[in-house]
Amino acid sequence: MSETAHSAPAAAERAALVVGGGIGGIQAALDLADMGIHVHLVERLPSIGGRMAQLDKTFPTNDCSTCILSPKMNDCAHHRNITLHTYAEITALSGEAGDFTVTVLKHPRYVDESKCTGCGECERKCPSKAPDAFDVGLRDRKAIYLYFPQAVPQVMTIDPDHCVYLQRGKCGACVKVCETGAIDFTQEAQEITLRVGAVTVATGFDFFDPRGLTQFGYERCPNVITALEYERLISASGPTDGHLRRRSDDQPVQRVGFIQCVGSRDVRHQLFCSSVCCMHSSKQAVLAAEHQPGVECTVFYTDFRASGKGFREYVARAEDEYGVRYVRSRVARIDEDENQNPVIHYEDTESSRPARMTVDLAVLATSLIPRPDTSELAGILGIDLDSHGFVKTEPFAPVDTTRSGIFAAGCCRGPFDIPETVMQASAAAARAARVVEGPVREPVAAV
Amino acid sequence: MSDEPRIGVFLCHCGSNIAGHLDVGAVAEHAQHLPGVVFVQENMYTCSDSGLSEIKAAIIDQRLDRVVVAACTPRTHEPLFRETCRETGLNPYLFEFVNVRDQCSWVHMREPDLATEKAKDLVSMGVAKARLLQPLEEQEVPVEPSALVVGGGMIGMTAALNLARRGFEVKLVERESSLGGLLLKLDKLYPTQDDGLPLVQQRIDEVENEPRIEVFTDSVLHTVKGFVGNYEVVVRHEEERQSSFIVGTIIVATGARVLEPTGLYGYDGKRVITQLELEERLRKNTVDADRVVMIQCVGARSAERPYCSRICCTTAIKNALEIKHHRPEAEVYILYRDTETQGTRYEAYYTQAREAGIQFIRYNPEDPPEVTKQQRVVVYDELLGAKLGIPHDLVVLSTPLIAHEDSHELAQLLKVPIDEHGFFLEAHVKLRPLDFATDGVYVAGTARWPAHLEETITQAYGAAARAATVLSKDHVTSSGVVAQVNEALCRGCGRCVDVCEFGAPSLTETRPGMSVARVNPVMCKGCGACASVCPTGAMTAMHFTDQQVTAMVRAALAVEADTERAQ
Repeated sequence: MSETAHSAPAAAERAALVVGGGIGGIQAALDLADMGIHVHLVERLPSIGGRMAQLDKTFPTNDCSTCILSPKMNDCAHHRNITLHTYAEITALSGEAGDFTVTVLKHPRYVDESKCTGCGECERKCPSKAPDAFDVGLRDRKAIYLYFPQAVPQVMTIDPDHCVYLQRGKCGACVKVCETGAIDFTQEAQEITLRVGAVTVATGFDFFDPRGLTQFGYERCPNVITALEYERLISASGPTDGHLRRRSDDQPVQRVGFIQCVGSRDVRHQLFCSSVCCMHSSKQAVLAAEHQPGVECTVFYTDFRASGKGFREYVARAEDEYGVRYVRSRVARIDEDENQNPVIHYEDTESSRPARMTVDLAVLATSLIPRPDTSELAGILGIDLDSHGFVKTEPFAPVDTTRSGIFAAGCCRGPFDIPETVMQASAAAARAARVVEGPVREPVAAV
Repeated sequence: MSDEPRIGVFLCHCGSNIAGHLDVGAVAEHAQHLPGVVFVQENMYTCSDSGLSEIKAAIIDQRLDRVVVAACTPRTHEPLFRETCRETGLNPYLFEFVNVRDQCSWVHMREPDLATEKAKDLVSMGVAKARLLQPLEEQEVPVEPSALVVGGGMIGMTAALNLARRGFEVKLVERESSLGGLLLKLDKLYPTQDDGLPLVQQRIDEVENEPRIEVFTDSVLHTVKGFVGNYEVVVRHEEERQSSFIVGTIIVATGARVLEPTGLYGYDGKRVITQLELEERLRKNTVDADRVVMIQCVGARSAERPYCSRICCTTAIKNALEIKHHRPEAEVYILYRDTETQGTRYEAYYTQAREAGIQFIRYNPEDPPEVTKQQRVVVYDELLGAKLGIPHDLVVLSTPLIAHEDSHELAQLLKVPIDEHGFFLEAHVKLRPLDFATDGVYVAGTARWPAHLEETITQAYGAAARAATVLSKDHVTSSGVVAQVNEALCRGCGRCVDVCEFGAPSLTETRPGMSVARVNPVMCKGCGACASVCPTGAMTAMHFTDQQVTAMVRAALAVEADTERAQ
């Protein structure tokens, strides 16, 4: 060992912050932690997992999303170099690359994380209900709830807006049944100060709200749903236990139409292409056919974009083995017939002719857009956004934000699929590690 | 053995992935009565935090000394359950995985009764094996904190620099006489229209000035032996000279090449050229054409080569914009199938191209464009519903990136797989896109798949991070599931050495004229090939011993016999 005067950075500074606990944040955290750097992983929601946890299966391998994500979530929970801060947000950042001071606001769960075992007894006894955000409101959860079955950490959270006790000072059914005494209505928001050398932003995306596009009949027609709602409906852990049924009459579906570019590549909404929808919808069509052989699926697309590894082969299989039809088109509007069947009116852009198709279920592939709180976070971190509202990066320094020491990965930068997000997360970890570790000792030969 | 093992069996529903297709309750009931089983539990998701907590609680409360989980697949979940056992102090090799999802519920979706019976058999077999499981030890070997990067293009250089600047020694091997790779041949870079050369030259300068990077040009990989943390590499230079060194990890960044469209669309390298040839003319400012027609997907998305090469649409736009920049009056047509301009940057780039007056005409592959002798490109325009004859001075063919001809040779040297197109195949397309299944070997750039420069730079940093996760450690730990030699029985015949794909066994002379096989546990993958060829029974595949496997076979057949009696 060398005896030069170079000392390792102080322990507090040999740490990194990762904001966002989806697959991007998880991968960045695991890579940094495996490099021996302590990671603070901050997640806004009660559990890590992000959007990927809401998906049923993933293209192009049809791997069950939870099955491949869950081990990584657990790795995060058990890694000695990772501290999870769930249900928490960044409220302030000061300092500079190599030595940032970050304030984290941890929201009260009203449940002691160290005592709760996630057994769910309280949930069974809780009298109050609220829409389940994980299932995009397709079913209700209780006011005390586990964010989803594989949540990490496996602890309950009380929703203060719907908890009878917190609203009216009476009830406490959960307190009575909790064997570990984990319920704590006196819990308050807590501020934590962290010192870290670098920050990786991996806060993900939101879906465009199709209510702005009234011609597609979302809300007006119960059998017009979004791609995310479809994902939950076809998921075994979703509100219908994976049975694909119509919202209007609970009947199985025979004909499904998938509408691409809903809000994307549209001068009135998002100018950009959402990158993942062509493949995502193809996968959803394949899943429909797997769940129910003989179901007729049609994908209405603008340009079919499938240039990732194995994507064209997947689409060929969707067509040849599962009978998925692809129609190059622009959908003008969706209305419904007397049986509440969506009727898709479109222009076939190969023949330049208007046409229509009646289906049992229409699925809207809505754009992947910046999260609404991205600009607030960017203000706190002192980083710039691009013209769309995504975190700004340059093409040849793809994971560097406009502020030194702060990096970005995944859909906070723009729409990307899971492998791209994972690669960016590892890249951000490499860049962040360099900053955290600081300048290295020069080799003896160079002196 | 006087002490009968205390086995706990955990049956996962996997949501409805298992429970939706077979009767887990019936399997649980069956498991209750198997010899050695003292505890049976069903879980919605055994892999969830609560499921793992229940396993841990049962190990302690029920004094379990063997754990059997019947669930999805050991491929993704065995490490998790082993770790869970380890956390309670139970040797992780006293855990047995029974695959009842991938190999049962999923493949027998429409036969729930038969699937349930099969699941019972599988659990019986798992329990029978579990009774005979032995605790196994893992071994630690030190990690050499250095990396080999194969390929000195932009991606190899970027990965090398990131590692070197973090203090790791890097050997960078490039087969050409200079660093820089394919980027040296480009004119501009998209979507910025920056010159390519300064960017790559800057990287070359940085690499050459980085004392921790040793560059070997005109050099190729000759042999690779060893294992994660300790790869012994021999590199062959010009005139048969060689260098050898030891590295902890290897990054493959050998790139790809551009298909030459011989015989397609009258390609002649003069009036009908490739995009790469156009770049050279643009760089030398010798493009002398007022009417340029570009044809996309030449040799791609075909029966022979079904994939989309990802970068050709944006490359065509880049060069079309450059032509328009030099000659605003020039007419440029891009005949395409689907514009592959995903995301924010490239969709904006496509818009920029249309605003610059570049004409996009979609063609149908069943009625492809035709380059006629009358210097026209004839194409059916769907929007007009008519055939167009576009006069031209220059036709530019967009051809895909294809794998290097010798990619399979490198793959063999490194013992890593390639796909049917010759691109390197990662460990998992979704969540391990830059890793190979072989520990300590990674891939980045177009050797993996066609990708934009932005993406390949990302991959370069990403692969560096993945390599650094190994290099940052003092040692790596071997699996306990390896082959073991009973040296008293070994005759030193060497059949195990011949059959092993991983080079794990080797012969060691114990006294003059007498050799025995010894296994390097870090290199051994536990496949058992050696044990199956060993003529004396000296070699044992631990965790899959003859005794254990025989017990599984007996368990399967015994149930069969019971069923027959019942009938």
